[in-house]
Amino acid sequence: MSASPVLAARSLKKRFGHVTALDDTDFELMPAEILAVVGDNGAGKSTLMKILSGALAPDAGELLLDGRTTTFRGPLDARQKGIETVYQDLAVAPAMSVAENIFLGRELRCPGLMGTVLRRLDDGAMRRQAAAHLSALSVGIPSLSQSVETLSGGQRQAVAVARAAAFASRLIILDEPTAALGVKESAAVLAGIRRIRDRGLAVVLVSHNMPQVFEVADRIHIQRLGRRAATVTPQSHTMSEVVAILTGAASFSGGTAETLTNVE
Amino acid sequence: MGGSQLLFTWPPFMARLALAAAVIAGVAGAAGACSRKAAPAPEARLRIGLVTKTETNPFFVKLREAAAERARQQGAELIALSGKFEGDNEGQVAAIENLIGKGVKGILVTPSNSSALVGAIKRARDKGILVTALDTPTEPPDAVDGTFATDNRQAGRLQGAWLKQALGGRAAKIVMLDGVPGGGTDTQRHQGFLAGFGIEENDQAIVGRAHVYGDQSKAHAAMENFLQAHPDVNVVYTINEQVARGAYAAIAARRATGAILIGSIDGACTGVSDVKAGKLGATVMQFPTRMAEQGIDAVVEYARTGRRPAGFIDTGVQLITDLPHPGLEARDTAFGLASCWG
Amino acid sequence: MTTATGTRWARLGLARSGVGPLLALAVAGVAFSATTATFFTADNLSLLLDQSVVVGLLAVGQTLIILTGGIDLANGAIAVVGTIIMARHAPGQGAAVSLLAALTVCTALGTASGTLVARLRLPPFIVTLGMLAVVAASGRLYSQSRSYPVDAALLVVSGRQLPLGPIALSHGVLGLLLVYAALWYMLRQTAWGRHVYAIGGNQEAARLMGIPVNRTLLSVYAGAGLLYGLAAWAALGRIPNADANAYQTANLDSITAVVIGGTSLFGGRGGVMGTLLGTLLVSVLRSGLTQAGIDALYQDVGTGILVVAAVAVDQVARRGQK
Repeated sequence: MSASPVLAARSLKKRFGHVTALDDTDFELMPAEILAVVGDNGAGKSTLMKILSGALAPDAGELLLDGRTTTFRGPLDARQKGIETVYQDLAVAPAMSVAENIFLGRELRCPGLMGTVLRRLDDGAMRRQAAAHLSALSVGIPSLSQSVETLSGGQRQAVAVARAAAFASRLIILDEPTAALGVKESAAVLAGIRRIRDRGLAVVLVSHNMPQVFEVADRIHIQRLGRRAATVTPQSHTMSEVVAILTGAASFSGGTAETLTNVE
Repeated sequence: MGGSQLLFTWPPFMARLALAAAVIAGVAGAAGACSRKAAPAPEARLRIGLVTKTETNPFFVKLREAAAERARQQGAELIALSGKFEGDNEGQVAAIENLIGKGVKGILVTPSNSSALVGAIKRARDKGILVTALDTPTEPPDAVDGTFATDNRQAGRLQGAWLKQALGGRAAKIVMLDGVPGGGTDTQRHQGFLAGFGIEENDQAIVGRAHVYGDQSKAHAAMENFLQAHPDVNVVYTINEQVARGAYAAIAARRATGAILIGSIDGACTGVSDVKAGKLGATVMQFPTRMAEQGIDAVVEYARTGRRPAGFIDTGVQLITDLPHPGLEARDTAFGLASCWG
Repeated sequence: MTTATGTRWARLGLARSGVGPLLALAVAGVAFSATTATFFTADNLSLLLDQSVVVGLLAVGQTLIILTGGIDLANGAIAVVGTIIMARHAPGQGAAVSLLAALTVCTALGTASGTLVARLRLPPFIVTLGMLAVVAASGRLYSQSRSYPVDAALLVVSGRQLPLGPIALSHGVLGLLLVYAALWYMLRQTAWGRHVYAIGGNQEAARLMGIPVNRTLLSVYAGAGLLYGLAAWAALGRIPNADANAYQTANLDSITAVVIGGTSLFGGRGGVMGTLLGTLLVSVLRSGLTQAGIDALYQDVGTGILVVAAVAVDQVARRGQK
């Protein structure tokens, strides 16, 4: 906890018409940690994630990247600053191959005149690197030239995560990565997320699935009614305590201690 | 007022009403501008509608220009509308309804489809509007107050007769490039050609037949394919000169221009030039100017006297060729270029 | 089991690599060669290629646009305007200048559609439907309802034949093959091509992945416009005469070729080689049925059946992947 946050946010505010989505939200993500973000529907989770990934600009508040104030002009800008996002509805091109998808928008060209003049792509290099990225996550894909739409949901998710991991220099944001997956596939994706953390990247994991959150998260950011209600750890709190905080059945007061009222 | 008593003896009620309206309008106009008292006042605000098949076919352009000119001479106002393309029945129906709304006295229409407009035409006539067909008759023909048109059967017959004579005694191998399936004009020219050439619909001499919709590129491709299948084709019937031009391009590419006779119909200036250059053997000229002028005159007459034209009024055709044959009245391309349209 | 293998076959074979159209082309070719004496001749094969040039060039531009999930109803009209510009100005300004002017105008018209689609996010169908009306009418006004004969050698060069053994290939056919090879390369071997497919597959995803979606769409429509300009040039090589009434159904003919070639109307899958096969297949059908003495209307019936079959195969392939 002594290190400074990779990404932090102070007093973020965001309104959509009459609806206040974020009302003074703070956020900290430490290096090489898995931070789970939990909260009820409408708590402002997805708005917070969109601001962190550059898709939305906050009305007020500041963002700090490695301690320095920053702004994101868009998703591309955030990505150039080392932040990769895996979207819930999987931003993949279905008819294109695994390797093509991993390098989409960042294709590698052949060295020499073939690349500079004829702008020819280096499919071999991309396939080799894609294979390396996938195996780093221990993801088994039958063939890299297979189109993404022929893969199972878990395999597709793994491709999207591998893609993010391959290009993120600071952190990865994962929005409900296991929502559509079975138990076995979920476990594989969670294992991949741990490996990413172990390689030194920070991970933000948005999830509704408490057992999974408790399985992989280092810390848990609890979002409620547009604010951060608490930041806890799986060691300091139980699952039912976290649920109580995010539903408002219990309140949380500073530090690592907690006061519970009205726990059923 | 005594005059209006007299008018009562004239037959059609609507015509009478219309004339009364015209008289009132004329009086109003005269009251507004005294200096025009001497002019034929009743027609001063006469509105005549024209609905052509398309706005762009040079034939209809010429027809529209001639109608506008004649209307101007007669002191009437011409409102010219059209379909968007050959076969745009909905567009023509909308145009007629539009003209009814504008209070025209008469509508001159070149129907894209012989029967598709009959309902709209009836609605117009029920409102006392004179509706006259130009260029293309309706089905049934008495759906309108007379038709001023080319006798398309005669046009086809002349093309057929000339091709037959030009061929001499040789055995015919005929390709027929038609326009739109079911088109009235198209069918009449087709049948006229058969009669003029002296053959039946299913004669062995006809080796190929295609509908090319007046599109030179379609005519070109169709002719190329026919020439592949039947290199010995020696007679080509074409529905119009654009189609003839496409057919000629296919024939020229095979360097078979000497051996194949092309006949056509229309009399556009480019078509007559093609005859002069020897690309086409002959064309049959029609006279859009006459159709327009006689049509406008009929509406003016109707407004003045209530008299309606009836039946088919032939505006004439003329065979144009520099290779005349005895027994077939023809004019040369010098005449053709002087009287062509477009 | 059989449906599964059937679907798999459709997916791997028909929809992706153009095996379907190739197979249909082979079957049609063999059938016509067997039943008619005049189909399988050097002369007729040259002709078939010639007849595919104009629609083929329109269809390759159409393919690019359909791959992005769009459609272009104005391509024939744009090409016709191109022919009129060339034919009207060649006598006064010279062939080269008029050719350049026509290519520029066609590219500009494509760019105009592209701007509306990319920047204003308007549906391509509506944009190009409007474009069709505007361009077709302008072409007719501009041509003053006359047709213009062309005799400048440069403008009709695509019709010139190059004898290669028994088969004579026209410059237009060679140009067509060159254009297809170039676009195949651009689509398959460059990042631009990947982006075109990605945009058609999932435009939102492409945007999120940082692909310059607007710029790519604009380049696709502008490039298609240039290809329509080339089609116009080739058209004058076929018939040395510009007529505003020509190529009225070329937009639908080009879509037919693209669809028969296995490119999905939903975008993101297919390719130019399928389109080339689709174009040839339509020409073969027309020619072969004519040689066989079958009425022209049946040729349209045949083409219609092929289109529906191709779309059905595409649907089956897509469903198989869901």
